[in-house]
Amino acid sequence: MDDYGTESDSDYTSYWRDWFISSRGNEYFCEIDEEYLTDRFNLTGLNTEVPYYQYALDLVTDVFDLDCDDEMRETIEKSARHLYGLVHARYIVTTRGLTKMLEKYKKADFGKCPRVMCNSHPLLPMGLSDIPNLKPVKLYCARCEDLYNPKSSRHASIDGAYFGTSFHNILFQVYPGLIPPKSSERYVPRVYGFKVHAAAALVRWQNGQRDDLRRRLRKMEVESGFKDGEDDELEGEDDDDDFDDDDDNGGLQMQTHQHHQQQNMAEYGRGGDGTVPPSGFSGEAQMGSVA
Amino acid sequence: MSTSSGTPESWISSFCSLLGHEYFAEVSEEFIEDDFNLTGLQNQVAMYKEALEMILDVEPEDDEEDEDEDEEDEEDVSGDGRDMMGGQAHGGRRHHSRVASDLSVIESSAEILYGLIHQRFICSRAGIQQMSEKYELGHFGMCPRTNCNQTRTLPVGLSDIPGEDTVKLFCPSCLDVYVPPNSRFQTVDGAFFGRTFGALFLLTFPEYDLTKTGAETAANLPRTTDEHAMINGVYARNIAPGLGRGKIYEPRIYGFKVSEMARSGPRMQWLRSKPDDLSVLDEARRFAEEHGDSDDDDESMSMNGRPIARRRPPGNAKLRQRQAQNGSPMAVEANGADSEL
Repeated sequence: MDDYGTESDSDYTSYWRDWFISSRGNEYFCEIDEEYLTDRFNLTGLNTEVPYYQYALDLVTDVFDLDCDDEMRETIEKSARHLYGLVHARYIVTTRGLTKMLEKYKKADFGKCPRVMCNSHPLLPMGLSDIPNLKPVKLYCARCEDLYNPKSSRHASIDGAYFGTSFHNILFQVYPGLIPPKSSERYVPRVYGFKVHAAAALVRWQNGQRDDLRRRLRKMEVESGFKDGEDDELEGEDDDDDFDDDDDNGGLQMQTHQHHQQQNMAEYGRGGDGTVPPSGFSGEAQMGSVA
Repeated sequence: MSTSSGTPESWISSFCSLLGHEYFAEVSEEFIEDDFNLTGLQNQVAMYKEALEMILDVEPEDDEEDEDEDEEDEEDVSGDGRDMMGGQAHGGRRHHSRVASDLSVIESSAEILYGLIHQRFICSRAGIQQMSEKYELGHFGMCPRTNCNQTRTLPVGLSDIPGEDTVKLFCPSCLDVYVPPNSRFQTVDGAFFGRTFGALFLLTFPEYDLTKTGAETAANLPRTTDEHAMINGVYARNIAPGLGRGKIYEPRIYGFKVSEMARSGPRMQWLRSKPDDLSVLDEARRFAEEHGDSDDDDESMSMNGRPIARRRPPGNAKLRQRQAQNGSPMAVEANGADSEL
């Protein structure tokens, strides 16, 4: 594994960087251009962050020719990896860097979103902090806009600062066409087809939040990004189903746990009227039809 | 090994110890032997009788020799359960002269039958108890979501019909479902766990401290002032502890929040949000408070997150009192008594 050093003086092949990005556990990194690395401006401030900065930089740019013992080499090697990571965080927000990361994103090199409703949407690496050695890398799903832990422990130990807090957001600012359509599809916990009251109440509240957001966006004439058609739906339903004040359904109560009358109607109305509860993840939209 | 009684390992325990079957509980034989528990499964599984015999390690009555038995067992067939339906027509009739292909049909039938029984079993008292022990031991893995702090998950299906979807993991902390991280679970049918188990588990064990995880001690997490506050029939602290303020990802660029007016701005925060004041979710109580004032309807319906100012509804105090009680779980009796006066 350590044979990179012996031939690191091979000119113009990015030997060290090649080795680095292709070694196991470093799949999230892209290759930084030689020109970017050799422009001192891009490395501003890193000399105080990285021990043996000059040697590390030499190693990364394959001009390392210091004769030293293994221990020293190991230290420099560690520094080089750290330096590479820190430069990487800066590089991936440049035009070229974004393109390279975009390619990797399209190949799902960073994994896929574990959330079922996201349908294996590719993830992007990100850091929760731009300061090194604070937080390990997390994975961002552009579809559900949430963060997930990498599956494998060798990825979970990569420093998040090597990707930074801004990269994935900049990517979608630069390539707005790549923003995945948002979906209000979601999981609703059910027992024998009946929604569970506590969870359903939260779901209703969250859906209200979502509809508020979409109304706000529409007022400001900003594209909501939700799938086609869902915006039109919004107009008609207008939350009239969140409370069901029809008392007729009171007799349908099937108490799986303690709760109150009004809610039973909302929760059990669908199950009670003889229709088979849909197996999927129907929003609250259909609820109104019961009343 | 042989299938005769007294063997160290039964079909059930060997099935449960297979790679990828770590989520399964061992269904007790009593449960399977009670015909009531198997109602309707005959029509769903090919070679039902043979499959059931295999699960229970019962020697088929019509088998002539012991040698046949041994042969059968050495054949460790783990066929794909999906295509068992096709084998039903001819397989059902020919059980007198069993051949290897029949065996693989029976084996896969047995797996489906076991899975369907399992779906029912884990919703029974004994089964859910067994699953809770597995849950305690963390057999079902953890939520991959960063803000859930490795909450333990529960295996669920998105369908009760076999062959439709694979097993998923339900996180009680964010009320969402995830694909198991290991691909070996992507061959396990979700119907073997069913849609009900996850939610039923939380209703059965309301006392579970969902915030307790192996990695994170509960002390770290914000707590409601009242540990035993109940909202909507469950402990308030157990309503999606992984959601709400501080647990929602806020996109930032160089430290500046991305505005929701930006095209790339946040659109999905609702999915991870939760009211700061959980009493907002007590819709029935809020309805009762606002009931009687028809102008309030709009207000109660615009659920925009801020606690709605409590207005005194017009009407006599007694009526109000009654309505207030309506919000309590005990309201039904109280109501009745009150109205008789």
